[in-house]
Amino acid sequence: MSRKLDIKHGRVDMSHGAGGRAMGRLIEDIFLAAFENPWLRAADDQAAFDVAAGRMAMTTDAYVVSPLFFPGGDIGLLAINGTVNDLAMSGAKPLYLTASFIIEEGFAFADLKRIAESMGAAARAAGVTVVAGDTKVVERGKADGVFISTAGVGAIPAGLDLSCRRVRPDDVVVLSGCVGDHGAAVMSKRENLEFETEIVSDCAALNGLVADMVAAAGPHLRAMRDPTRGGLAAVLNEFAHAARVGFRIEESAIPVRPEVAAACEFLGLDPLNVANEGKLVAVVAPQGAAAMVETMRAHPLGRDAVVIGRAVEDANGFVEMRTAFGGGRIVDWLAGEQLPRIC
Amino acid sequence: MKYVDEYRDGALAGRIAETIKREVRPDREYRLMEFCGGHTHAISRYGLEDLLPENIRLIHGPGCPVCVLPMARIDLGIACALRPGVTVCVYGDMMRAPGSGGSSFLKVKAAGADIRMVYSTLDAVKIAEKEPDREVVFFAIGFETTTPPTALAVRAAERKGLKNFSVLCNHVLTPAAMTAILESGGEDGVRVEGFIGPAHVSTVIGSEPYKVFARHYKKPVVIAGFEPLDVAQAILMLVRQINDGRAEVENEYIRAVTREGNARAQAEVRALFELRERFEWRGLGFLPSSALRLRPEFKAFDAEARFDLIESRAKDNPACECGAILRGVKKPAQCRLFGTVCTPETPMGSCMVSPEGACSAHWTYGRFRERAKDAAA
Repeated sequence: MSRKLDIKHGRVDMSHGAGGRAMGRLIEDIFLAAFENPWLRAADDQAAFDVAAGRMAMTTDAYVVSPLFFPGGDIGLLAINGTVNDLAMSGAKPLYLTASFIIEEGFAFADLKRIAESMGAAARAAGVTVVAGDTKVVERGKADGVFISTAGVGAIPAGLDLSCRRVRPDDVVVLSGCVGDHGAAVMSKRENLEFETEIVSDCAALNGLVADMVAAAGPHLRAMRDPTRGGLAAVLNEFAHAARVGFRIEESAIPVRPEVAAACEFLGLDPLNVANEGKLVAVVAPQGAAAMVETMRAHPLGRDAVVIGRAVEDANGFVEMRTAFGGGRIVDWLAGEQLPRIC
Repeated sequence: MKYVDEYRDGALAGRIAETIKREVRPDREYRLMEFCGGHTHAISRYGLEDLLPENIRLIHGPGCPVCVLPMARIDLGIACALRPGVTVCVYGDMMRAPGSGGSSFLKVKAAGADIRMVYSTLDAVKIAEKEPDREVVFFAIGFETTTPPTALAVRAAERKGLKNFSVLCNHVLTPAAMTAILESGGEDGVRVEGFIGPAHVSTVIGSEPYKVFARHYKKPVVIAGFEPLDVAQAILMLVRQINDGRAEVENEYIRAVTREGNARAQAEVRALFELRERFEWRGLGFLPSSALRLRPEFKAFDAEARFDLIESRAKDNPACECGAILRGVKKPAQCRLFGTVCTPETPMGSCMVSPEGACSAHWTYGRFRERAKDAAA
């Protein structure tokens, strides 16, 4: 094997994606060091593991956020937590992840290492293992630093069947905390907006919170989704569309941090359309709502959990909101591309 | 959020709404035009109509910069962007505005043209400075509010000695549009009994220029801020003027608007710009003395002169009712394209593009009211 990487000063060049010794070195010094586990050490083309009886959940996601580092996180943290959360929204216990890196020629080893270490720490915190990976290097200008794609599998507890199609009229909509933090944090960095209080991304793995919710609400739980791109508004519209119901929500119930509200005001965004990376929306049958909200509030990531409205019969599938001002309005999907490359 | 939440207070809104309900005369209709898209947006986003008695009819006015820009001007910007070596900087709202043949800045950008979205005119100047090999054109739109920032950009470019920066000027004037609406009589005209006057525009031009509408046209004008309580309060003030038979210019937005306006901004605009003899407005046609262009001494910064741009005639989709909607003659839902082929994702007309446009605001926030009306019928 070649000489150790000069992490402090070195940069990724085309040889690090060519399948030769240089690539081996990159994997060894950066990725294996960060993700340390027997599957990766085995250096096979795949990871083999035992599966329990029952149903599995599987998901995949690509991460292209700009900037790569932002207050409260980085692309690596997003890549782990985002995929963990997608699995958790089915009620699954996330188990194994894979990670693919598309790296732009010239990318600093130090940044790559920082990202990989952030991923390793996030994976350990969420109780998942990165068991397989891939590295590609593309010419300068053909990517933007690094793009990461992760996939994951998880085990769904017996008897649990969460799906947006199961939402019924009268079901209760619960939000786990304030909205818009991640999008506002990334946008304010990107637009160089200076606020007195720095806005921090809410990026977090929600599988712990979900496990508590599943224990508390069990079969009353109908559907969950993490409101990433498109925000809370997109999730409610997706649910409405899939289940052929409408929603009636209360603006005054939806928590938004003052600094996020201010940033949104400044950028002309609606916090309901802005991305979150550590929040979830759960729809629960009325009889399961109170206990579930109480359980959520006992978890650090669900401290501000709140009922924001209900599902109703509505042939149009409208998400209607009573504004804090007192009037009614629709909460629509985001139109256009206000927030490119938010995750 | 301090200085904002105070103007969105639900309890106060309820009290103003009660007063309005008490004071309106049940035997008459109050037809009030909110001139600005900012008002239209606030009315829709906060559901203000739900708080008002039925005989107050809010008519959306033409004060949305993207909405009133005719296709021919968008075509000019696109033509500019298609030239080799040219970068066109636009405000975000412009990206989707439809030009001829279904084109838009967004579409030509996808096809390879260099279109950049900017938040500030000075960002465009910065791009010109950083990329001296590119011809950077700022596509300037808007009423009196956005004209001073354009002036500032030209001054900055002049000071920095930039030879690769120019402005494609589409700045238009509010009083000219208000006059056009009041003069458009007959079947095609709209009956307006009072104006909710512009917020940001008035911070620049002051309250003086509206006097003519009170004195000559006998229409009350209440200048109002863009927060929902501002609009509610202005409606109450207009109801009182109409009930009293008064026609005055009143200022609800005293926290920002003075009688004289911003003298420095006005002086800069006068120094750099001159009146065009006429300018085309979507929905209102060619209006005399209704728009600005750079003065001849700033020709070097005028994209129209620099690139020999000639406006060609462009035809709107004949089914699109943006024109009638901008004049307040029709409501968005009365257009047969509304919500069928024309939505914010695929706008056919300009009123569906900007969040301040009447169609976009109604589609995004208010379209559930059509269902309520259908059910009532």
